[in-house]
Amino acid sequence: MLEYLWIVPLLPLLGSAVTGLFGAKWPNKIINSVAIGSTGLSFLCALEAVREFFESGQLLFHKEFFTWIAAGNFRAGFDLQMDQLTVVMVLVVTGVGWLIHIYATGYMAHEGGYYRFFSYLNLFMFFMLILVLAANYVLLFVGWEGVGLSSYLLIGFYFLRKSASDAGKKAFIVNRIGDFGFMLGMFLLFRAFHTLDFQTIFTSSTLQGWPVELSGHLGTLTFACLLIFMGACGKSAQLPLYVWLPDAMEGPTPVSALIHAATMVTAGVYVVARSHVLFAHAPTAMLVVAIVGCATAFFAATIGLVQTDIKKVLAYSTVSQLGYMFLACGVGAFSASIFHLMTHAFFKALLFLAAGSVIHAMGGEQDMNRMGGLSKKIRWTYLTMLTATLAITGFPPFAGFFSKDSILLSAFQNENGGRSAGYVLYGFGLATALLTSFYMFRLIFLTFHGKQRYDEHKVHVHESPRTMLVPLMILAVLSIIGGWLAAPAMLGTGPDYFTKFLQPVFGGSEAAGPEGEARALELTLAGIAVITALIGVTVAFWLYLKRPGKADSLAKSLRGIYTTLLNKYYVDELYAAMIVKPLLWISTNVLWKTADVAGIDGAVNGIAAGITAIGDGVRHTQSGNTRSYAVWVVVGALVVMAVIFFWPSGGKPVLGMLR
Amino acid sequence: MVPTNYYVILSAILFGLGVFAFIFKRNIITIFMSIELMLNAVNLAFVAFSQALGKLDGQVFVLFVIVVAAAEAAVGLGIIILIARNRQTLNVERVNLLKL
Repeated sequence: MLEYLWIVPLLPLLGSAVTGLFGAKWPNKIINSVAIGSTGLSFLCALEAVREFFESGQLLFHKEFFTWIAAGNFRAGFDLQMDQLTVVMVLVVTGVGWLIHIYATGYMAHEGGYYRFFSYLNLFMFFMLILVLAANYVLLFVGWEGVGLSSYLLIGFYFLRKSASDAGKKAFIVNRIGDFGFMLGMFLLFRAFHTLDFQTIFTSSTLQGWPVELSGHLGTLTFACLLIFMGACGKSAQLPLYVWLPDAMEGPTPVSALIHAATMVTAGVYVVARSHVLFAHAPTAMLVVAIVGCATAFFAATIGLVQTDIKKVLAYSTVSQLGYMFLACGVGAFSASIFHLMTHAFFKALLFLAAGSVIHAMGGEQDMNRMGGLSKKIRWTYLTMLTATLAITGFPPFAGFFSKDSILLSAFQNENGGRSAGYVLYGFGLATALLTSFYMFRLIFLTFHGKQRYDEHKVHVHESPRTMLVPLMILAVLSIIGGWLAAPAMLGTGPDYFTKFLQPVFGGSEAAGPEGEARALELTLAGIAVITALIGVTVAFWLYLKRPGKADSLAKSLRGIYTTLLNKYYVDELYAAMIVKPLLWISTNVLWKTADVAGIDGAVNGIAAGITAIGDGVRHTQSGNTRSYAVWVVVGALVVMAVIFFWPSGGKPVLGMLR
Repeated sequence: MVPTNYYVILSAILFGLGVFAFIFKRNIITIFMSIELMLNAVNLAFVAFSQALGKLDGQVFVLFVIVVAAAEAAVGLGIIILIARNRQTLNVERVNLLKL
């Protein structure tokens, strides 16, 4: 299978083409089998490829299938590769993607445009697989843009709703800003290394001999890394380009789960991790990544505290968790970052799917203020969602505990930018953990516990169909056991298998794993993290279950902070005033009314009007009166004769031209 | 022997008369005749130069011109008859279908 690796991304593309082109009139069952079949087969092929990869002794597999662009000494090929990092990403993408496809057949069963939805979803799978399998930056960028396109199509799936189509456009445009940086980064890399192939760049003698650009030193690599990180900021919704992700919740819930939580938004983390060799040579860029990640994690978590839309809470939570991943990348803990990426894919996909199940049960209601007391009515949804919440808040032995713990540990041990920088990063990371546990349990308590705040006669609460529940349960199991790969290291009985597995990829760029006294430190930090999470839960419990009125009175007494948070720090308004409005003004008044209407249109219309005026004047000489023509002939003849007779040297200079 | 320039001057006068008549007369027949006059003025010049230079080229050209003029007279008169029949007039001012 490894030799035919291209089949893995091709299958979803075929599925997309078949459902998209011919599926309009097919019954849902056929579309289901095509969509689930193609992604399922793709998952199986990926599994087989991974098996062969392991069989080959985990050697980097790299194959050039065909040359796509060749220009001078530049070559961009359809080259796919498989290493340990790819293994993790491919299995997460195909596995979680497949589960979400199955879930979507239940969730979308009564929606219009069924074939369109699955065509887009399969298309997304194709591009995402291209992204993670690509062996050079150009092909990666194809996948990168492609997932952006599918994201746009799926956010605007309910395109008749203006907010949905606006959100789609917003996502696309904000991503474009990041992509601009990403492209500049690629150009810079090409200028420095004359290739965009991963292995050639990462192993090239240039890079090996390239001195580390010390902190504060701005060299080519630092700029290239920062530009690539700019692209990652757009795709992975980091400050200051995170604004599109909360709006992306306009899309159907399975889309939010697959694209805007589990896979696509992690593409930025993947790219940074993939380029770890470059980042290792640019400590300044690393520090920027860490600070941006940490700031985003904290910032988004504070917004998440007060949102009332169940999907919006999860959206900000996603932004926050992505910030964690970048924090890990920034402090050089790439495998911890990828570990969190994987566990996050499990529990965040589960959270979204469970939220979708709640919304399904409530008949489309997304406001948590109109839920409450659902735990008994939709027991399975409740249990799975509780599992995911425990995972995201980092309680042992759930998956999030291990991945978040290793990130916080790496942040604590960070020495890039001084020890104190590490402590600050750790402090904010821990504060984010506190906020996370608070808003997640706030969500649980508001949705599933307490008094029911909906009208039972209007809303018929019902458990979701089995196609939706089975993926929930599988993901719940994964959310529990997904982190156990790192458990032996925590218990002191063995190594951290996940880090060890990724060692061949990240080996050179990462600090050695914790040993001896470091383990004691790790256990201490883990204890602190769990206690922090418990505090968050307790506060949420006290505010939303014990004293239900207390939250409102607290909001009232802290009105300033509360409204700021509720309005998301007015970032959208700020962007509108600082960027959108001036751009609109320039576009309207300078580009449209001055350059286009007055300049270009004016020139074209002016020339046309001038020609018309001249023609109108000359027209009168051609009167249709034969004798006037005769007069002109005579006049002409006289002029010629006059020239011949009176011009010096017989008019030769003039008449010679005529001849 | 009459000097050549006499012929040339006569030819120019005849041609000028032809042009004048062509431009200012209204009757189509008259205009047609003025064209013939111009042709013959040219013929006269041709013959005069032919004789002065002692070459026959000019006389050959005259024969050509006469032949063409005869053909032109046939076609032209045919057109004039048609105009007269269709429009009941020979005034060139009234033959103005192509005019703006």
